Amino acid sequence: MHATFFILAALTIAGASAAMGLRNLIHCVLALTLGFVGLALLYLSLGAQFVGFTQILVYVGAIAILAVFAIMMTRSAGPHPQPALSAFWITGCVIAGATFAVLAWAIIRSNIATPTSAQPAVSTNQIGDALMHSFALPLEIMGLLLTAALIGAVIIAMPQNRSSK
Amino acid sequence: MTPLTGYLLLSALLFSIGLAGALTRRNAILVLIGIELMLNAANLNFIAFWRYGPHPEALTGILFTIFSISIAAAEAAVGLGIILAVYRHHKTIDLDHINTLKG
Amino acid sequence: MTWILPNLWLIPALPILAAGIIALTKRPHGSLATALAIGSMSVSFLLSVVAFTHTLSIGHGNNIKEAFNLDWFQFGSDWVRIGWLLSPLTVVMLLMVTFVGLLIFIYSIGYMERDENFTRFFCFLALFAGAMLGVIIANSLLLLFMCWEIVGLTSYLLIGFWYANPAAAAAAKKAFLVTRIGDIGLFLGIAWLYHQTGTLLFYDHGAGCLEPSALNALVSHTTILGLTASTGIGILIFCGAAGKSGQFPLHVWLPDAMEGPTPVSALIHAATMVAAGVFLVARVYPLMSAHVANVLTPSIALQVITWIGALTALFGALIAVAQFDIKRILAYSTISQLGYMMMGLGVGGVPVGMFHLITHAFFKALLFLGAGSVIHGSNGEQDIRHMGGLRRFMPLTFATYAVGMLALCGFPLFFSGFWSKDEILHAAYDWPLSHTPFYMGAIGALLTAFYMTRQICYVFAAASRKPLPTHSFLHDDYDSAAAYHEGPPHESPSVMTVPLIILAVCAILLGFIGAPSWPWFQDFLEDKYAVLNLSAFGGNGILPVMLSSSALVFIGLAFGWILYGRKITHSEQPDALQQIQPHTFSVLHHAFYIDKLYTHTIVRLNTLLSHVADKLDRWFFNSIVQAISYLVLGLAYTDNFVDTHFVNAGFDEGCTTVSRSAKLLAYLQHGRIQNYLRYVGLAFFLAAALLLWRAKA
Repeated sequence: MHATFFILAALTIAGASAAMGLRNLIHCVLALTLGFVGLALLYLSLGAQFVGFTQILVYVGAIAILAVFAIMMTRSAGPHPQPALSAFWITGCVIAGATFAVLAWAIIRSNIATPTSAQPAVSTNQIGDALMHSFALPLEIMGLLLTAALIGAVIIAMPQNRSSK
Repeated sequence: MTPLTGYLLLSALLFSIGLAGALTRRNAILVLIGIELMLNAANLNFIAFWRYGPHPEALTGILFTIFSISIAAAEAAVGLGIILAVYRHHKTIDLDHINTLKG
Repeated sequence: MTWILPNLWLIPALPILAAGIIALTKRPHGSLATALAIGSMSVSFLLSVVAFTHTLSIGHGNNIKEAFNLDWFQFGSDWVRIGWLLSPLTVVMLLMVTFVGLLIFIYSIGYMERDENFTRFFCFLALFAGAMLGVIIANSLLLLFMCWEIVGLTSYLLIGFWYANPAAAAAAKKAFLVTRIGDIGLFLGIAWLYHQTGTLLFYDHGAGCLEPSALNALVSHTTILGLTASTGIGILIFCGAAGKSGQFPLHVWLPDAMEGPTPVSALIHAATMVAAGVFLVARVYPLMSAHVANVLTPSIALQVITWIGALTALFGALIAVAQFDIKRILAYSTISQLGYMMMGLGVGGVPVGMFHLITHAFFKALLFLGAGSVIHGSNGEQDIRHMGGLRRFMPLTFATYAVGMLALCGFPLFFSGFWSKDEILHAAYDWPLSHTPFYMGAIGALLTAFYMTRQICYVFAAASRKPLPTHSFLHDDYDSAAAYHEGPPHESPSVMTVPLIILAVCAILLGFIGAPSWPWFQDFLEDKYAVLNLSAFGGNGILPVMLSSSALVFIGLAFGWILYGRKITHSEQPDALQQIQPHTFSVLHHAFYIDKLYTHTIVRLNTLLSHVADKLDRWFFNSIVQAISYLVLGLAYTDNFVDTHFVNAGFDEGCTTVSRSAKLLAYLQHGRIQNYLRYVGLAFFLAAALLLWRAKA
């Protein structure tokens, strides 16, 4: 258990770090995919199979690919390569580090006692039940939101001159 | 160190990495990816708390994460759409040059 | 209650309404103005007749004092009430004023026909008539006072009718100011009366200020100098009456008032307005005569009235002897006769004084209108030395003038003046305190006969002494501007002579309604039955007085004839009296130098005081004001300094700070989204760190 956690955690951190640190954008997205997969595996190890597979489907399957498309479409005007240790980079990292320090401090200080309960068995059936009964309204709203986002994204991304033609 | 603490620290680290990326990268797509990372860190928190919380049978954490992922998907779609629109307008996605959002 | 009582207000209201309409019409509409003025006056006259018959039909013996009161406005918790009164005194005065007024209005058509301000004249006349009628019917001292002041105003306006003439303007001012002095007393009296009784209504079903309950309270209330309140109030009210009626100390305005058009002199300054003072005293006679029970002597107020009246009667007659202006002679004669009326009120009560008032109104109006006719006929001449022989040119005027003159003199038996004046003298003879007023009145009667004879001799007898046209107007006068065409003296048109004839008839006949044998008038005023009683001549010492006064009149007439009859040959010839007693004549001619005395004392004092006030104003108050203004200016400069150097600087500093911080904020908001995110992250870090650190501590 511990070993699994550490291996998966290392995988995820490595993927995320690479995604944020590499210069090549395509490499970044690939590293990101690695991080997402690590996360999905963590979910699985935590007993949330449905969430884990959703993670792989949505993030790895949809968002990462979307990002790749976006990168390819805007490749011609990529930003100028920036110096590795610019003041901008350093201050950003310092702020992020400080944030992590504060969070870690809080987490360690709070020292939450965890009941060593048995792994709960959650079937997809149960989740579906919950979605259809007690979470029916949020589900509907979510559907509405996704529809709106779909239409909105299309309209935003649509070339402006098409409407003027 | 309890398992929960480990997950929380992992989540915090992931969040900080996402934040660092969002703060340091100039490419709008990478900033968006950093934000996605931060969202994932939050999701990890939900799952960890669900798993090690007092009522794992309530499914709330799982459902929250599912909704969160859905929203993230929508956000990514809209965000990338905006990036494309900005790119078409400015011919760049370098955030240093996209600074018209000011008083 | 009959129709006339609640509608009595129409009598004064109609002429005032007419005046208002005339004031709004255009100047050329002279005939409209005339029609309105005369029409309203005629209606008022008819209403007066109705009121008279109503009073008559109630019959004698009843209390014919019908008051109609109404609330006017609320004053604190008290209602100020006004009203009108229907009493014998009222109707007699109403008849007299409307009748004489009507005749004078008609006369004015002829007299003023070519004056350019014809409509204005009739506007003022109608306003005057309305106000005078208001004075007569008023049942409230307040209403009376208001109308009284309107009367004073119209008097001012009419004396100054030819305001372009400086003498007329000055005379108008003088009349207004002098009567105002008396009115101050009247006003104080009104205030005092209101303070004492709480009402200004004369008759109010037992609650009025002239009714026994109020009078008893007034009599029992003693003030300074041991006078009762009724005496004090009475004397103050008499001050107003004296000012209006030209009694001795305040008579100076009346001769100068002759600067006005002659119909005005006749209507206002002979027949009606000057009688208002006498009427006022008659109206408040219960107050004047109120005295403590068991005391037989007349009240102090009545004594004052008697003495002032007697003095004025003698005084006016003396001055009239030595005047050359035809209207001034009549003016001083009016003063003298008003003195008689006051004396009559003082010694004999309301009927005695009022009888002379009524008869005098007719014959004096007759005399003034006759004088106006003379002036009109002799082309604006007013100096009697330049007249003469007019008997032949204007026989009708002469005849009526002679009637008026005889009535004024008190020619026995056939003329009204005889009866009324004789009654006054008789009452004065019976006065318990002193016989002096009687002697003064008797001498006055002698002098009256004398100066009227003198005047009529100058004007109508002998041959014409008309001077050359080059210096024809001794008296710079705008009077009868219509008559300034050359030619021999001529008779006036019939519109002027007919009123003269009517007045002459009245001047003769009126005497018989008050003769001792049939004292209808007196009894009417006192609510008694009149009984024809020829033996009344014999009783009560009437006959001796009558005989002696007749003798005096004859003596006066004889003296006048001896001195002046047919002896005046040219206009520069000195007066007969002047030859005998030049110094006395000079004193009399200058009216005892009273005007000069006033000029040198009161007017000079006033001028001095105004100079002092002026200096005080200029040097003392002005400097204070200057000092204050400098102080304010200094404060303003200090304020300005503080403003400029401290407040402004502070504001500038504040503005600079704000603008600097705004620049700082604007720098923070530079549009780079990532930097915003940095701030958020930094803020999160700081906030979380602070919270954690606090939680730890």
